[in-house]
Amino acid sequence: MNFIWFLLIFISIIIGAITGKLPDVVNAILEGAKTSIDVVLAIMGVMVFWLGIMKIAEKSGIIKVISKIIQPVAKWLFPEINSESKAIGDVALNFSANALGLANAATPIGIKAMEEFQKENINKSSASDAMCTFLAMNTAGFQLIPATVIAILAGFGAKNPTEIIVPTLIVTTFAFCSAIFIAKILKKIFPPQIKENEVEENA
Amino acid sequence: MHNIKAIIDIISLWTLPAILLLILGWAVIKKVPIYEAFIEGAKDGVKVSVNIIPYLVAIIVAISMFRASGAIELLTSHLKTILNVLKIPADILPLTIVRSLSGSAALGVFSDIVKANGVESYPAKLGAIMLGSSETTFYVLAVYFGAVGIKKYRYALLAGLMADFVGIVGAIIVARWFFL
Repeated sequence: MNFIWFLLIFISIIIGAITGKLPDVVNAILEGAKTSIDVVLAIMGVMVFWLGIMKIAEKSGIIKVISKIIQPVAKWLFPEINSESKAIGDVALNFSANALGLANAATPIGIKAMEEFQKENINKSSASDAMCTFLAMNTAGFQLIPATVIAILAGFGAKNPTEIIVPTLIVTTFAFCSAIFIAKILKKIFPPQIKENEVEENA
Repeated sequence: MHNIKAIIDIISLWTLPAILLLILGWAVIKKVPIYEAFIEGAKDGVKVSVNIIPYLVAIIVAISMFRASGAIELLTSHLKTILNVLKIPADILPLTIVRSLSGSAALGVFSDIVKANGVESYPAKLGAIMLGSSETTFYVLAVYFGAVGIKKYRYALLAGLMADFVGIVGAIIVARWFFL
């Protein structure tokens, strides 16, 4: 992330200077900072609400029930995660919310899953394999019905906006499965996580 | 086709209420003090929202700068000839890059494609498939990792971007198969 962040900013300034758009790039710093806070404010209320609902779900034991049901899949996806972990149920709910296009609910639920994964993480500042797999699944954006896109197409007066559902479903399913396999392969290629106390000893 | 639309509308309307009813109903049966539990969890929501601010500012500022610099347009104009050979509409290229960076910007780019080519055009349909099958990778990573304070992403970003690429190629192939 250090490198990519530097690269994004470095390229922006250099290209901005070449194309004569440097003033825009400078403005974008202020604009971007403002947008970030707008985004946080926009999601804060939903975040608070859904994390509240998720606490109810957790206390009622429904998360555990869901965890048990999908355990065989979960074991394959996240082999290092304790099968008793509540993370599994959260992952299932996050996946369902995403699939149904409830992005607002999916994000707080996903964060809940991340918190559960973090409990079992051996190094609290670096991503565990389970987290990487989970986020790869999330960034692939699996969705049963692309409601927003259909709405836009309909807004522009498309005769038959729902015709994109099937092709989109094929692509999103394919990308989702690929994401899981890519994460599984990268896990083997990348060096394993180092335990926190070992990091300190090396430093 | 009207039936499909009607079914989708009903599903969209009922998923949230159904999930809420299920969670609350189950909790009431199990005699969970739901109001107290809600407040307890909601407090975490406030903390999480504040925790992700630095991560979001870092990534959104860098991406805003990148978009303002004209780097995407520069790349698009250079790749045009290759795309023509592959019969991929050049208008679609900014969307392939922007969709991993910013959700609202991707919607804007998609609207531009529809306006420029018409809603029944091939680029519009390809764009719709691309947009409908993607998630804003950088944003997802910033929010999820930010919420739990992870600073080393290891292979999460690479996996996300590779999956995005697979999605783009898949969209091009499937769109061609369905609509060309």
